[in-house]
Amino acid sequence: MSSVVSPIREPLVTGGKTYHQITEDMISTTERTPSKPWVIGFLLSVMVLSFGIFCIIWTIWHGIGTWDLNRTIGWGWDITNFVWWIGIGHAGTLISAILLLFRQKWRTGVNRAAEAMTIFAVMCAGLFPVIHMGRVWLAIYIFPYPNTRGPLWPNFNSPLLWDVFAISTYFTVSLLFWYTGLVPDFATIRDRAKGFRRKIYNFLSFGWTGSAKHWQRWESLSLILAGLATPLVLSVHTIVSFDFATSVIPGWHTTIFPPYFVAGAIFSGFAMVLTLMLVVRKVLHLEDYITLEHIESMNKVILATGSIVGVAYLTELFISWYSGYVYEQFAFFNRALGPYWWSYFGMMFCNVLSPQFFWSKSLRRNVLFTFFMSIFINIGMWFERFVIIATTLARDYLPSSWSFYSPTWVEIGIYVGTFGLFFVLFLIFTRVAPTVAVAEIKSILKSSGDQYTGKNAVHHDDHGHGEVVEEAH
Amino acid sequence: MAHKNKDVVYGLYDDEEIMMKAVKKANSDHLEIMDVYSPFPVHGLDPLLGLEESRLHIAGFVFGSIGTLTAFLGMTWIFTKDWPIIFGGKPYWSVPAFIPITFELTVLFASIGMVVTFYTICGLGPGVTNPTLDDRITDDKFCIAFDKSEVSTSDAESFFSATGASEVNHKTI
Repeated sequence: MSSVVSPIREPLVTGGKTYHQITEDMISTTERTPSKPWVIGFLLSVMVLSFGIFCIIWTIWHGIGTWDLNRTIGWGWDITNFVWWIGIGHAGTLISAILLLFRQKWRTGVNRAAEAMTIFAVMCAGLFPVIHMGRVWLAIYIFPYPNTRGPLWPNFNSPLLWDVFAISTYFTVSLLFWYTGLVPDFATIRDRAKGFRRKIYNFLSFGWTGSAKHWQRWESLSLILAGLATPLVLSVHTIVSFDFATSVIPGWHTTIFPPYFVAGAIFSGFAMVLTLMLVVRKVLHLEDYITLEHIESMNKVILATGSIVGVAYLTELFISWYSGYVYEQFAFFNRALGPYWWSYFGMMFCNVLSPQFFWSKSLRRNVLFTFFMSIFINIGMWFERFVIIATTLARDYLPSSWSFYSPTWVEIGIYVGTFGLFFVLFLIFTRVAPTVAVAEIKSILKSSGDQYTGKNAVHHDDHGHGEVVEEAH
Repeated sequence: MAHKNKDVVYGLYDDEEIMMKAVKKANSDHLEIMDVYSPFPVHGLDPLLGLEESRLHIAGFVFGSIGTLTAFLGMTWIFTKDWPIIFGGKPYWSVPAFIPITFELTVLFASIGMVVTFYTICGLGPGVTNPTLDDRITDDKFCIAFDKSEVSTSDAESFFSATGASEVNHKTI
C-alpha cells in the first residue's frame, strides 16, 4: 500500500470504485448469459477453426506438396505464420513479468488478458512447425529420448531443437504464471457461485482461502517467476532468430537478428494486446479499468519498439552496403526491388512509418486511431517475416535455382484457421475467467483509484493513513 | 490444518487500514491471531503477524540448479559417451551450443519446481477443498480470526468492537 504516488500520475481505476464494485464489474461478466455479439463471434470462430482443421487434415492426407513449396523456397507461409504468432505471444509475459519487475502499476489492467493471449498465440504458433514436419506422427522424434533406431538422439547443436526447448518452456512457464495468478480470482468466482458452478470453481481455485501466509508466498512466487520469465521471454525470440541467423543465407546470417527479433516481437505483441483489449473494454464495459492511460502507456511501448525495429531495418541496409559483400548487397536490393517488392514496402510503411504518429499525445489517446494502428502493425509484422523468409529464399546464390512462390488455398486456410483457434480460446476465456486481474486491481486501488489520486481525489478517508505507510517499510 | 475441527471467532473489516490497526492492537493486547484473510495481498501485514520471509526462492534455486545440471551433463554424456557425432567439424563437447538448452531447462525446472512447492506447502491443489470462513473474504472483507481455544470469546468480541469490525461471527472449521 504505497500511498506515496506522484500527484501528476493519472489514476488507473476510474469511476470511484469500491472493492465490491470491482468484484461486481469483473466477475459478473462470467455470470451473465453470453451476449449476442459473443455468440455470433464464437460461432464464426468455430466455423473458421473448422475450416482450418479441414485444411490441416488435407495437408496431412495429401502431403506438404499441397502447399506449393519448392526446392528453393522450403519455408513459406507456415514458418512466416509460426514466427508471427510466436512474436505476438511475447507481449503477455513481457507485460506480466518485466512490468512487474519495473513496478508498473498499469500492468494490472491488461496483464491477465495479455497472458491468456500469449498462451493461445503460442498454441497457434506451435501448430505450424509440427504440421510442416509432414509426417506429424513422427513429431516425437524431436524429443530427446533414445529412439528405436538405436540410442540415437536429436542434434542438441541445432537451433531448431533449441527452438523446441525454448517454446515448450515458454509455454509451460507462461501457463503456470497465468494460472497461479488466476487462482485467487477463481476463488472469488467460487464464493459468489452456488450449486454445480461452485463445485467447478472450487476445483479450479485449488482451495484458495486468502490466508496472509498464502498471499505472502503467492507474491513471492509471482516475483521469482517474473524474474525467471524475463530472460526467458528475451531468449525465446532470440532462439527463433537463430533459426535464421545461424544459417549461411545472405540476409539471414546477421548478428543483429536477436535484438531486432525481440523488439519486433514486443512490437507486434503489444499491437495484438491493443486490438483485443480495445474490443474487450468496449464489449465488457471495462473502460474504468482499461483507461486511456493504459492505452497511452502501451502506445508508448509500441512507439519505442517500432522505432527500434525501424533502426534495425536501416542498419541492415547500411551494413549490407558497407560490408562490400556482393551477395549480401543483392539480398537487400532484391528485398526492396525484387519480385516481392510490395511486401517490403508494406513492411516499411506499417512498421516504420505508421508508429511514428504516436509521437502525438492526442493520437496516443485516440481509441479508434489506436485500433486501426494496431491492425496495421500486425499486418506489417506479418510482412516482415514474409520478407525475411520467402523473398530471401526466392533468390539464393544460384540464379538457376531462382524461384517464385505463392501460397495455395490450403496454406491460407490453415493460417485463417489459427485465427479461429485463437478466438475460440479467447472467447471461452472471457466467459470462464475475469479478463482483468481482480485481486491485483484491488491491490492498486488505494494508490491508483481516481478517488485517491489525480485531480478528482477526495481526501475524506484519513484515519491512520500516514501511520500505515510508515509501518509498511 | 483441516484434520482437527477448530472453533473460530472472526471479525470482518471493511478496509485493510482499519484491519491493520486492529492487528497492531491484537499484538499489544497479546491476543494470538489464528490467521488473517484478505481479498488481495496487504503489504506491511507480514511483519505484524510475525511471518518470516518466504523461502520459496531457495526452492527455485535448487530446482533451477537441478535443471542446469540435467541439461548440461545430459548433453555432455550423450554427445561424448553415448553416441558421439561430429556436427559441422565441431568438437563433440561443443559447450557454446549447449547453452540455450541449458538455460531453458534451468528456467523450466525452477518454475515447475517452485510452483509445485508453492501449492504443496500451502496445502492447495486440484480437488482440494479448504474450509473458508466467509464468502465475502474473496470480495471486499478483511478478516481476523481467533481460535477459541487460544482466545476467549468474550476477549475476542470486545476486541472486535473496540477495533471497528463491521461484523463478528462464529464458525467451526
